[in-house]
Amino acid sequence: MTSLQEGPVQDAAGLSTQPAEVGAPVRGSFVAPYRRAWRQLTSMRTALLLLFLLALGSVPGGFLPQRALAPQRVKEYYSAHPSLAPVLDRLSLFDVFASPWFAAVYLLLFVSLIGCIVPRTRLHAKALRTPPPKVPHTLSRLRASDRWETDLSPQDAVAAARAALPRWRRVVREVSGSAELSAEKGYLRETGNLLFHVSLVVLLVGIALGGLYGFKGTVLVTEGSGFADAIINYDDITPGRRFTQDGLAPFHFTLDDFHATYTAAGAARTFEADLTWAPGPDAPTRPYRLRVNHPLEAGGGAKVYLVGHGYAPHVVVKDPKGNVALDQSVPCLPQNPKFLSNCTIKVPDAEPDQMAFEGVFTPTTVQDPKTGQVTSVHPAAALPVLTVVGYRGDLGVDAGIPRSVFSLEGTDRLTKVDAPPQGLRPGETWKMPGGGSITYAGTDEWATFQVTQDPGKVLALYASAGMVLGLLLSLFVRRRRVWVRAVPGGADGRTVVEAGGLSRTDAESFANEFGALTERLRDRTGGPAPSPTLPEKDG
Amino acid sequence: MQALASVSDKLLFATIVVYALAMLCFAGEQAARRARAVPARVLVGAGAPLLSKDQPGVRPAAPRGGIGRLAVVLTAGGAVVHLVTLVLRGIAAGRPPWGNMYEFSVSVAFVAVAAFLYLVADGRVDRSLGAFVMVPVVLYLGLAGTVLYTPVGPLVPALDSYWLKIHVAAAVMASGAFLLSGVVALLYLTRARYDEQTAAGRTVRFPLSLGGSLPAASSLDRASYSVIAFAFPVWTFAIIAGAIWAEAAWGRYWGWDPKETWSFITWVLYAGYLHARATAGWKGRKAAWVAVAAACALIIDYYVVNIFVVGLHSYA
Repeated sequence: MTSLQEGPVQDAAGLSTQPAEVGAPVRGSFVAPYRRAWRQLTSMRTALLLLFLLALGSVPGGFLPQRALAPQRVKEYYSAHPSLAPVLDRLSLFDVFASPWFAAVYLLLFVSLIGCIVPRTRLHAKALRTPPPKVPHTLSRLRASDRWETDLSPQDAVAAARAALPRWRRVVREVSGSAELSAEKGYLRETGNLLFHVSLVVLLVGIALGGLYGFKGTVLVTEGSGFADAIINYDDITPGRRFTQDGLAPFHFTLDDFHATYTAAGAARTFEADLTWAPGPDAPTRPYRLRVNHPLEAGGGAKVYLVGHGYAPHVVVKDPKGNVALDQSVPCLPQNPKFLSNCTIKVPDAEPDQMAFEGVFTPTTVQDPKTGQVTSVHPAAALPVLTVVGYRGDLGVDAGIPRSVFSLEGTDRLTKVDAPPQGLRPGETWKMPGGGSITYAGTDEWATFQVTQDPGKVLALYASAGMVLGLLLSLFVRRRRVWVRAVPGGADGRTVVEAGGLSRTDAESFANEFGALTERLRDRTGGPAPSPTLPEKDG
Repeated sequence: MQALASVSDKLLFATIVVYALAMLCFAGEQAARRARAVPARVLVGAGAPLLSKDQPGVRPAAPRGGIGRLAVVLTAGGAVVHLVTLVLRGIAAGRPPWGNMYEFSVSVAFVAVAAFLYLVADGRVDRSLGAFVMVPVVLYLGLAGTVLYTPVGPLVPALDSYWLKIHVAAAVMASGAFLLSGVVALLYLTRARYDEQTAAGRTVRFPLSLGGSLPAASSLDRASYSVIAFAFPVWTFAIIAGAIWAEAAWGRYWGWDPKETWSFITWVLYAGYLHARATAGWKGRKAAWVAVAAACALIIDYYVVNIFVVGLHSYA
């Protein structure tokens, strides 16, 4: 900490992370270059540079599509800019926040930060144990100073001044007939400053814990179906690097009912998923209404969120032999805000040939009278129609190659049934030429759920609270010193009282505070005659 | 409810008109001040003897306290109408009035004006800044009322949250203050450059010549700092509240969504400003440029990202 007594008053923000005290240079020693490098890294200029690099490095992450968020849009970017995209990709600009250079910047920044916190904590601990410094030689040279005379003795005047500064750290020193008071206040500024910077480090630890031991998975569940927390049951998982299967919470749930409401214009108003769930296989089940912003705390640190929804028409397919080859709700993927959805129905159990259907589901259907094209005009299932075309042949599912359930892509051994697209309303059946039929029995809905576990979350929250508290203290508490010296030698043997003050920040408001302070001191020490008891004031 | 909303829309127009009048009065005061300043400088420059105050014909006008005071009164009156605009909008919508970009912008402008009035009342900035503050405010409200205007309506489900209200309220507060500080930082840069040029004996042209009627560079620097010192913890809190909300709504507290990324960039730049102001070689103009860059990041964060970049926040 630089001395407050000398030099011009600095109007510094006081958030400096620069260690003021560094060891003496060790000339010629082999540690010297390392020491120099360390000092360079922990210097304020370097910290500032790293901060700007961090901001600059984040900019591409704010403009370019990021793989972790929107892999599809990265692909689109690739097809739109085929020559530029690979170059950007090589620079990790589609994975900015997981890139080595971004990690390098923030790790250096945190090393620099720790390099500042440690010596500053030591210095602050020392400052907290050290009494305020001696009164400077000439108080009148300070920007805030005052001088008056009193009938009190120097000792009494200083004692009165001491009593007038009740919440300050004070020390009285007596030097050959005169008395001096040093008072200091605002240690919480540096405490807050340190708290803020330590909290940043704790926050990083919290984030790292989540990244290493956390887990995220999504799963699509149709009404009436259930889910149990196991890796194989997820459609998509993003485990942390140190996450193991044993870390999964043992909960399970069933989606009893999903319902959404919309405005007349088709904007979503509410989404609700009624679940029956239990935190473990042996625990009794209970109901829960899962809504957006109200995740289910499923025990074991797992939280279940509602992240998407769509329609799953219930279809019954009979093969040409007349057997029911499929009787289930088939999730369709919404393509637009009015929930026009694409459906792919695979019937591997149909005999003699496997069957498949491609179709479009429209919840509130309008058909163009000329072209016959169907569209949806509202997301609610007010007038649902399932429009399908049929296929026969070999689905290729027996070859052991994984295939998407949402597409017939890659199955080239299918023959389209020679018929125009069939629009089916609930309860309607299309008897296919060449045998077999499909019935649109009813409309179910599906919901996608995201399950997350983040063991670092709570730590990150505490760290965030520490950051805000630390910031408030370090920005609004002012460190200031006030000195009072009382010496004999005024006119008629009176005592001369000199006062001076310093604040490293906000000189203007300190001038006001100092003015009010000296007024109070004058009040208590400058009375017309010495009195045995000092006039005590409230506050 | 619809009636209240339409009253609110009309009041927004009234607010803009009153602010525009205030802006004209501030500008009038500026012009009068320059008219007083110019002949004096010309005469001194020509080596004329110092003029006594009561010498007739040289000082064209007595200090016009009246018009400047009127400007402040108009601004304060406008702010009251502005507040009523927001309150009626909120009642009409049945929720706090910051659910879409239009409402957000009107709220941010209110915070900027209120912060400016507070600083003037507190004596931290001179009211002569008024013209420079009210021009962007009027333009901003005009844009909000035309380009960004959205009829009153309910929120999409993800936005219907307790934490959201806190998150956006804090973001509105911080944004209003940051935008104000950005304007003041630009004025500081103008004044500092003006001082430098005139000290070197060079003639200054518009817009730099405006620097002559601005408060001292050091007081602009302090005003900009004190506004940022207020707004930075609020912005930090806004980001944290947003993270808490994101955790409840999206299952993660941070995900580098474009909006989050730009909030982060804004935060880092303001942190950089606070550090720069305490670093030798960065004080003054360089730090002020950081504050301007940070304000630009904020504008990108909440207009460019909402309008042009696809992300979780692009609903408004």
